[in-house]
Amino acid sequence: MSKPKVGFYWCASCGGCEEAVVDLAEDVLKVVEAVDIAFWPVALDFKRADVAAMADGEMAVCFVNGAVRTSEQEEMARLMRLKSQLIIAFGSCSHMGGIPGLANMTDCETLLRRVYQEVPSVANPDCILPQERCEVPQGSLTLPALHDTVSSLDQMIPVDYYLPGCPPPVKLIKDAVSAILQGAMPPKGSVLAPDVAMCTGCPRKDSKPEKLLVSAFKRPHEIQIDPAKCLLEQGLLCMGPVTRSGCDAACVEGNMPCTGCLGPTGRVRDFGAKALSAVASIADATEESKIAGVLDKIVDPVGTFYRYSLPTSILHKRNRHEGNGAH
Amino acid sequence: MSDLIGGNGCGVRIGVYVCHCGTNIAGTIDVRALAEFAATLPGVVLARDYKYMCSDPGQELIKKDIAEQNLTRIVVAACSPCLHEKTFRHATEEGGLNPFFFHMVNLREHDSWVHTDKVAATEKGKDLLRAAVRRVKHHKPLERRQVSINPDALIVGGGIAGIHAALTMANAGKHVYLVEREPTIGGHMAQFDKTFPTLDCAACILTPKMTAAKTHPNITLWTLSEVEKVEGYVGNYKVSVKRKPRYIREDVCVGCLECVEACVYKQAKVLDEFNLGLGKRRPIYIPFPQAVPQLVLIDPESCIEFKSGTCKKTCVEACAERQAIDFKQQERFEEIDVGTIILATGFDVFDASRIPYYGYGTYPNVYTALELERLVNASGPTAGEVLLRDGTKPKSVGIIHCVGSRDDNTNKYCSRVCCMYSLKLAHLIKEKTDAEVYNCYIDIRAPGKGFEEFYNRVSEEGTHFIRGKVADVFPTEGTNQLTMRVEDTLMSMVRQISVDMVVLAVGLEAQSDAQDVRRRFNISSSTEGFFLERHPKLAPVSTFTDGVFLAGCCQGPKDIPDTVAQAGAAAAEALALIDAGAVELEPNTAYIEEELCSGCKTCIPMCPYSAISFVADKKKAAINEVLCKGCGTCVAACPSGSIVQNLFEDVEVFDEIEGVLAYA
Repeated sequence: MSKPKVGFYWCASCGGCEEAVVDLAEDVLKVVEAVDIAFWPVALDFKRADVAAMADGEMAVCFVNGAVRTSEQEEMARLMRLKSQLIIAFGSCSHMGGIPGLANMTDCETLLRRVYQEVPSVANPDCILPQERCEVPQGSLTLPALHDTVSSLDQMIPVDYYLPGCPPPVKLIKDAVSAILQGAMPPKGSVLAPDVAMCTGCPRKDSKPEKLLVSAFKRPHEIQIDPAKCLLEQGLLCMGPVTRSGCDAACVEGNMPCTGCLGPTGRVRDFGAKALSAVASIADATEESKIAGVLDKIVDPVGTFYRYSLPTSILHKRNRHEGNGAH
Repeated sequence: MSDLIGGNGCGVRIGVYVCHCGTNIAGTIDVRALAEFAATLPGVVLARDYKYMCSDPGQELIKKDIAEQNLTRIVVAACSPCLHEKTFRHATEEGGLNPFFFHMVNLREHDSWVHTDKVAATEKGKDLLRAAVRRVKHHKPLERRQVSINPDALIVGGGIAGIHAALTMANAGKHVYLVEREPTIGGHMAQFDKTFPTLDCAACILTPKMTAAKTHPNITLWTLSEVEKVEGYVGNYKVSVKRKPRYIREDVCVGCLECVEACVYKQAKVLDEFNLGLGKRRPIYIPFPQAVPQLVLIDPESCIEFKSGTCKKTCVEACAERQAIDFKQQERFEEIDVGTIILATGFDVFDASRIPYYGYGTYPNVYTALELERLVNASGPTAGEVLLRDGTKPKSVGIIHCVGSRDDNTNKYCSRVCCMYSLKLAHLIKEKTDAEVYNCYIDIRAPGKGFEEFYNRVSEEGTHFIRGKVADVFPTEGTNQLTMRVEDTLMSMVRQISVDMVVLAVGLEAQSDAQDVRRRFNISSSTEGFFLERHPKLAPVSTFTDGVFLAGCCQGPKDIPDTVAQAGAAAAEALALIDAGAVELEPNTAYIEEELCSGCKTCIPMCPYSAISFVADKKKAAINEVLCKGCGTCVAACPSGSIVQNLFEDVEVFDEIEGVLAYA
C-alpha cells in the first residue's frame, strides 16, 4: 500500500510554523517514514503545477499555515482544498487570523501609505507603491492582489481541523500526526488541543488568590517579575484563564505572561470579548471614573485582547465607515 | 381565532400563539399577519392568534394543541413574562410538556405599547417572534427545586410597623426576632403627642403594643442591635446581628432608675436625643419614661468613667448588690437562622437647614414639626408647654407646609402626612397657648378617613389658612418676632406676617443609610431612596428578593394607619410563605462543567450571593445551586466559558440575537 501523501503550505505567516515542523527533531524522521511528502515549498522543490496535476483528493492531508490576505494565497488555499482530503489549519494565523489579522484595524490604502511613505526609515520621494502589474522593457511583471481584509483559513475554504498555537506546540503536532495515521480523529471542526483553559496546568496556579483584584495593570518590562507568583496577581495581563491549554504553560514557565496564541476554548465565541470580560472582572474599581484609571493602563487593547483573533472575532474588522451604526 | 398549520419541521414541533390582549396588542400590531408569519418559520407546526391567551380558553388551546398536534415547544407572544410566564408555563405543563419548553415574547410592553406605527410595530413583532422560535428549540427540560422554609422570622426596625408585624406573626405562633438599633423600640410614633385626625394620645395607643412586644413569649427583642450581614435565600437566611453594649446587664436591671439619680452629674448636661436636643439628660439614662425595654443605658461618650476612668461611680453604689452596671461590656454578634425578613426601618425627617431661607438653625424660634411634637408632649422637655426659647408663650405661630416636599430643589414627592400633622399641631398649639396660628400651604391634602372633617374642624377653630408657599423667613425689625413673606394666592397679594414662632412641616425622607441597608438585604430602591416594592399595585409589600418584605415608611411616606395596615400585610405574606412550608426555586441557575473548569478562580469574587466556592482537592470552582439566583454574572466572567446558565445557554442567547437581527 502506498504511503499517504501529505502537503504543507504557508500563506501570510512568519515562517515560525515551518520551524515548528522542524522542531519535531528526530521524530520528523518517523513522519517522513510514514508519509509521502507531496508538497512543501519551504523545504522541498515542488511547484504549483505539481499540485495542479494531482487528482482531486489525492493528498490525504494538507497542513496550511498563515492567514489569507492575497489573491495568490486564496488561490493556493482553494487548490489545496481541492487536492486534499483533510485540511488542517496550522497555527494561530491560519486558525484565527493571527498577528497579520491585526491589519484589519486598517485598510490597504492606509497600510501601503504607512509602509511605503510615512515610516521614518523609508526614502521614497516618488511615492512609488507596489502595483499588481508593472510594465518593464522585458515585459509585464505581476504581483498578487492584496485583500482589503485579512481572513483566517476557514473564512476562505472549509477546514477540517485546527492545530492552534504560535507556533503549534510540538506535542500537539505529534499527537495530531499520530491520530491522523491511526485514523483516530475527533469530530470534524475540532481544535486539536485540550479544551480546558491554561490555568488548569499552570505551575503558579496555587499562588493565585481566591479574590483577586488588580488596581494597576503592568507591562512585563515595568516590573521585576516574581517567578513563583500568579502573573495576574502581579498585575500582568496573563491570558491563561481565557486560553486553551496544550503548550504546558511554556510562556509562564519562561516567566512571561500568556498572550493567548492557542485561542479560546471551544465554548467561547470571541476570545477578545471574553478576555476583556475576565479582565474587567478583576479590575479593582467600581466607580466609573476609577474604572477608566485602571483600564487606561492597558496599552493597545486590540493588540492585547485580539492579538491572534481579530479576523475571526465578532468585530471581524474595524468599522471604517463614517457615521453611527454604519457597517 | 384562526388556525394556521405549517409543516417545515426541524426536530421540534413548535406552537406559536399571538395574543390580542383585547386591543392592547391587536390595536397596534397586525396579529393575524404575525401568526401567518410565524407559521412560515422553521419548526413551527401551528400558529394562532387569540383574543386573550391568559383566559381559561386560551390556556386550554395550548393544552389541546399539545395533545392533538404533538407540539414539543410553546411560544406565546403576549404581555410581560412578569405577569403571565407562570400561567403559560403551567398550561404547558398541564399539556404534558416540561414547563421550560415554553418561551414568552413580550409583544405588549416591548412593542405595541411603545410604538404607534402599525406597520413598523408588526415588523418588529416578527423579529421578536423569530428570535423566540429560534431560541425555544434549544430549551431543555428543567426541574424546579424545593427548599423548606425556616418558620422563624426577622423584623428589622422596632417602630410601629415592626412592632405590629412582630405581634401579628408572634400571635400566629411564629418565633420573631425584633431588632432595633436604638436603645428602645417605639420609633417616631413614640415621639408624637397626639395622632391625627382622632387626636388619640400616641403613647396611650403605642405603649401597650411596645410592652406586648417585649413580653410576648414568641418575640426575641434586641435593642441597640443592627443587622450586619445577611446570607442565604428565601426560607433559609443566615443573619449576623451586631449587639452594641448597653453597659447594663439586661437580665439584672429592673429599671428603678436609682443609678440615674445617683449619677455624679447632678445636672443633666448631655443633649437628649429623644427630645431632639431640646432637653438634657445624664450619661446614664433611660430615653423616655415608657421606654421598652425599661432599662437604663450608659453613653460612653459622656460618662466620666469611660472618658477618664476616675469616676466615683456613684451609679454602681446606687445599684448596690444588684450589680447591673458593667463597664466592660463588649460589642458581640449573634448568628440567627430565619426564613423570612420584614424590613421596617422607617424614615428620617427632612433636614430643615437645607432650606436656608427658612432660617432653621439661624433663628432660635424656628422649629421643626417633630420638635414641636416634643414641646406639646407632656413627657417632653417643657412638660407639654409650648414655649419659645426664652421661656415665654408664643402669641402667634406660623406653620409652613411642604418643607422638603413637592419642591424641585429638595424632594419632588409629597410626604403625605405633613398637611394632616400640621393641622393637628395648629389645633394643639391653639389649645395650649390660644395663639393665632397661620398655616401657609400649597394645597391641603386631606384624602384619608376623617381627614377632611378634621380640616374643617381646625378651620372652624380659627386657624388662619393662607394658600401660598412661604418665600422667606426673617427677623421683624425692632421686635423678637419673625416675618414670613408669602404670596397669598387666594387674595393675589404678597403678605408679610409677623409671628413669635415658626414651625416647619418637614417632609419624610429615606433613612440616611437606606442604601447600605438595601445592599445588605439585596433589594432595590426607588430614585428617592425608599425601598422598592415588587409591584406598586399587586405586590406592595414584597420585594424583588423572595422572602424579604417591606412595612411602613421605609417603602415610602405614609401615616400610622397605612403603616399598620402594611405591617399586617407584610406579616401575612411572611406567614403565607412559612405555612406553605416550602418554596419552589426557579431552575434558571448556573452550574460549572467540572471537567472543563481550569480553576482560574475568576468567578469566585464575582458572585453577589457568595454561591461559588473553590474546591481545594479538585482545584476547581463549584456553584451552590440553592444559593445561585441566576444573575449570570459568573457566566459572563468565566474566561473559558465553562459556566452554563439554564435557560440562558450561549446557544440559546446567540440564536435569539441572530433571530432578532435576521430581518431584511
